[in-house]
Amino acid sequence: MTTDTLATVTYTKGRAFYRSQVFRRQMILLALVVALFFSLCVDLALGPARYSLGEVIAALLTPQNVSQQARVILWEIRMPVALMALVVGASLSVAGAQMQTILSNPLASPFTLGISAGASFGAALGLAFGVAIIPAAIEFVVPLNAFIMAMFTAFLIHALSLKRGVTVETIVLLGIAMVFIFNSLMALIQFFASQEAVSAVVFWTMGSLTKATWPKFWVALGILVAVMPLLARHGWALTAMRLGDAKAESMGVKPRALRLEVLILVSLLAAVAVAFVGTIGFIGLVGPHIARILLGEDQRFFLPGSALCGALILSVGSVISKIIIPGTIIPIGIITSLVGIPFFLFLVLNHKKASW
Amino acid sequence: MVTLQLTRVSARYGRRTILEDITTPCFQGGQVVALLGPNAAGKSTLFRRILGLLKGEGQVAISNTSAERPVAYMPQDTGARAVLTVYESVLLARMQGRSLKVQPEDLAQVDRALEELNITALGERDIGDLSGGQRQLVSAAQALVQEPEILMLDEPTSALDLNRQINLLTVLRRLADERGMLILVALHDLGHALRFTDASMVLENGRLIACGPTEDVITPALLRQVYKVAARIEPCSKGRPQLIVEEAV
Repeated sequence: MTTDTLATVTYTKGRAFYRSQVFRRQMILLALVVALFFSLCVDLALGPARYSLGEVIAALLTPQNVSQQARVILWEIRMPVALMALVVGASLSVAGAQMQTILSNPLASPFTLGISAGASFGAALGLAFGVAIIPAAIEFVVPLNAFIMAMFTAFLIHALSLKRGVTVETIVLLGIAMVFIFNSLMALIQFFASQEAVSAVVFWTMGSLTKATWPKFWVALGILVAVMPLLARHGWALTAMRLGDAKAESMGVKPRALRLEVLILVSLLAAVAVAFVGTIGFIGLVGPHIARILLGEDQRFFLPGSALCGALILSVGSVISKIIIPGTIIPIGIITSLVGIPFFLFLVLNHKKASW
Repeated sequence: MVTLQLTRVSARYGRRTILEDITTPCFQGGQVVALLGPNAAGKSTLFRRILGLLKGEGQVAISNTSAERPVAYMPQDTGARAVLTVYESVLLARMQGRSLKVQPEDLAQVDRALEELNITALGERDIGDLSGGQRQLVSAAQALVQEPEILMLDEPTSALDLNRQINLLTVLRRLADERGMLILVALHDLGHALRFTDASMVLENGRLIACGPTEDVITPALLRQVYKVAARIEPCSKGRPQLIVEEAV
């Protein structure tokens, strides 16, 4: 074999490995989509009136051929809730994934940066005292309050992060400080509020998909669909951010500007999700970690993978919340934490490659 | 051929002046230029200033180039961990500013960069699993894969064993000679500078105190002044100048 031939063989090996890796990841994404569809169907089938998977799929594909009762239950009652699980799961997971990426911190998520706590405080103001930060129809007061406080928290963190000498570690610390501040304010609200109001606040903070409606779903989906391409546009730059600011800069990335843009986009995602369904802290932390284990951190796969993992976790959580105690839907936030965290620990402890 | 010339260049971090009044002759493609000086002399800052990452007075003039990004820079190792293979991390450096779709030409350039630095075998490894020296070679490949006309490397040999130091510097020399790249390389080993570079710039406390052909710049007087060592330079058996350090003064 000549030297040239040897070189060609080595070249081809590197490229072939890369291509096989890309193919494997595409297959994993496809498997996640299939699993998601299956979970959605099971989620739709479960409830006080049970349907077989065949009936659900028939109702999805040809709604005119099923009974009106089944059509109303599946399309009008269960579908917005089941789809909301997917969109909220995807939104929170993508938000967490990009927060972890731009802050180079495995603990970053809408929950740990105080965005969820801010939203809870906003919601509690509405629930306990009827305060509307912006005047709105009564049914939108709580989600609007939650959204405004979540964005306020995000902008406060952004504003502080622009000060000279503020590092990514400082931003995470700022987030944790926000969590404590809002938790204290929540305690203060609960101290002064009536017993009924306290119950409402506690239930809201547990996170529940039963608040979902078609209009809320379309808003949440609209934000997700608008934000995803804006994040994907920065795919290479975001991947480079995981190599550190100095390396990213050497490749032509502007870390500060990118960090600011992405933080605003993902805060929007998280704020809308939390505003509509309450605090679900686990997804934004774990969805991205599972995606990272499955797909690596090339954003071309990691971004859609995070969205799919988050959607799948919340959808499966929704299924479990219906079957643990038949006839009772346990708040989803409790389920995702109780069932998800042991699963997450299993994955992390059994994954040999450290990434942080 | 690409040229680089600095005229009265300065750089500041806040109020602190890091570089002051740096003026160089016009460096050309095909040259390997050493950037020398003790720790904290301002070498990395000068690289960042040339790359446009820092603002300041003076002019960095890059001419005779049609490339959108003619300069690639290999910073010092930061040891970052990410779930990426070596192959992906090198591809990533090439794809910045390009579409998400990878073309065969991009893969060919990744293969070429890895091959050039003799690290093709590392392609499938996770970057988090590499040794410091291996990371440094991958970092060099990340700069090389951008097909720059000016390649700047910040202490690229600091974590390499002797064999790999010589190999890397030989590759850099070849890139200058055969592809006409202008290479700026920060080095602490003045023996390497004497052997592999055409010209040298010496920084001390943010000022350029010597600049010219390496053999003229590296003198016993300069070594005593800048590095605080007593040393002499003598031809080796092959006639190349070699540095013999006697003691710290």
